[in-house]
Amino acid sequence: MCLAAPYQLEATFHAVGMSPPPPALAESAPPATGRRDPLEESEFGFPAGVWRSLTRLRPSGARRARTWRSPLRGPWLTSVLGAVLLVSLPLVTITGLLSYIAYGPQFGQAFPREVGWLRLPPFEWPTSPAWLYVLNQGTHVILGLVLIPVVLAKLWSVVPKLFEWPPARSPAKLLERLSLLLLVGGVLFEIVTGVLNIQYDYVFGFSFYTAHYYGAWVFIAGFVVHVAVKLPHMVTALRSRSLRSELRTSRSATRPEPLDSTGLVAAEPAAPTMGRRGALGLVGAGSLLLGVLSIGQVVGGPVRRTALLLPRGRTPGSGPNDFQVNRTAAAARIDPGETGEEWRLVLRSPTGRRRFSRRELLAMPQHTATLPIACVEGWATTQRWSGVRLRDLAELAGNPVPGWARVSSVETIGAFRAATLQANQVLDPDALLALRVNGVDLSMDHGYPARVIVPALPGVHNTKWVRDIEFGSD
Amino acid sequence: MSAVLRRFSTAYGAGPARLLVVSGAFALTGYVVLLLLPNPSATRMLVWFLAAVVLHDLVLFPVYAAADRLLQLGAGALRRGEEGPGPVNYLRLPVLGSGLLLLVFLPGIIRQGAFTYHAATGQTQQPFLGRWLLLTAAMFAVSGLCYLIRTLRTRRAGTGRGGR
Repeated sequence: MCLAAPYQLEATFHAVGMSPPPPALAESAPPATGRRDPLEESEFGFPAGVWRSLTRLRPSGARRARTWRSPLRGPWLTSVLGAVLLVSLPLVTITGLLSYIAYGPQFGQAFPREVGWLRLPPFEWPTSPAWLYVLNQGTHVILGLVLIPVVLAKLWSVVPKLFEWPPARSPAKLLERLSLLLLVGGVLFEIVTGVLNIQYDYVFGFSFYTAHYYGAWVFIAGFVVHVAVKLPHMVTALRSRSLRSELRTSRSATRPEPLDSTGLVAAEPAAPTMGRRGALGLVGAGSLLLGVLSIGQVVGGPVRRTALLLPRGRTPGSGPNDFQVNRTAAAARIDPGETGEEWRLVLRSPTGRRRFSRRELLAMPQHTATLPIACVEGWATTQRWSGVRLRDLAELAGNPVPGWARVSSVETIGAFRAATLQANQVLDPDALLALRVNGVDLSMDHGYPARVIVPALPGVHNTKWVRDIEFGSD
Repeated sequence: MSAVLRRFSTAYGAGPARLLVVSGAFALTGYVVLLLLPNPSATRMLVWFLAAVVLHDLVLFPVYAAADRLLQLGAGALRRGEEGPGPVNYLRLPVLGSGLLLLVFLPGIIRQGAFTYHAATGQTQQPFLGRWLLLTAAMFAVSGLCYLIRTLRTRRAGTGRGGR
């Protein structure tokens, strides 16, 4: 009776409509010993002769009965992990693509610059709420980190499939298995490059932005195929057992899932050393551990110190300028001679140019705003900035309603020594050319004599050591 | 028409919709490759992409699976006849926790990328190795304490009930 199940599953495999298989799959397991492996019974696609001979060429190591012994592997456990990733990975992906928009691709300042059709529809990145980019990048990075144990567990749960023999039984299976390379390669590549980037380790030697962006699209390709192929199976497997009763099942009461044609369940399972509840708890504990050790760099304040192993878990001191620095003045090779008494801010517009000393800027109406700096690496720090509103400067420059503003730094070497702001980012009442922070002058590392601070703008575009602002109209 | 469809599905191994989806995915990947071709680092990216899969499937997985077998053998030797899995999970948890932290935060712990780290933050990676060791020690200590409590309890109850 139970041998019918794989055929029914196979039938749904073939069906275009992909209706879920009948509940025969969910029935209790036959005794563990002497079971026939249903995977051996599947049909072959075209060309059947090739697949059949391939099956006979099974290498001696590929006897799954004794290689894979875990009593926990099975479609239900895989599907629970899959369901978690199905909901959360799109969130990580979308926040990543949104970050690309936040960098302002319309000004050619999102990396990589030329992406063809591979981008979200363009829109003007908003300035409100001010914590929008904190939320976006916090979600992207922290959720990405938290999902690492889930991804690893998901891969563990399906690892017998990697060594399955024959590797394919039909053209469909072959293509879909190849697409798994896009999925697994994509997700691992994104994790590795992302994890290295948030720790400023550029050992990979290529542009992080380019690699992480295109890697995401390869991942998306693999993910869409995987969801299209596996979603019906996931739903069926999730329905086969109740999560609630699994969470109440102790180790000693844990039995393997029924042997089926998925190739996940061990034919000769060992005695469980933990239950499915324990396994899910273990994955959850891993996620929690990473979450607790990273959330502090987004939230800041006293919680910051809990980010024990990340670059942004430490506060340099308790002074008004002792908050997170992104790129030191020394690293940007800022010449102190250029930022001293001789420094002048140059404002330019189609109608002319004007120069202001720092003293003159301080004599203008000052505005104070509490705004975060949020970086693409998923850390943030919120401070009280004061200075001159950018829209006041636009008016002084003779272009009160600019289409954009190009801010250039004294710095001559970095990729972010200049940035273009959208009209809404110039005109926002909290968008400042900051001269002071927390009641004192900016320190050199924070951009003395003047820096830009705009709500919800990616951190690197809040140009430091500003020398020149051009307000354009086209 | 439906006969043709059925023959296609039998030969291909799935419905035409699935062929469409998988073709779309490879077309998208092809487009990515096309956009990346002019990039001088394209080969390097490909190597890292493939290495990520190979290192996970053929290095990381076998290593942790083998380590777990060893751990089970070791824990089995410690079990002294009690029923259930013995102390294995009290070792697994801190080992996995410590290993996960090492895997994710390796650059800081081994001080890789010290130059770019300092340029970006103005700080050094000096504290991370010590912190990771302390976290590891704490996880082992808590786990050991839990095991001690469990052992004392089961001994007092007089029955060997294992389990998580």
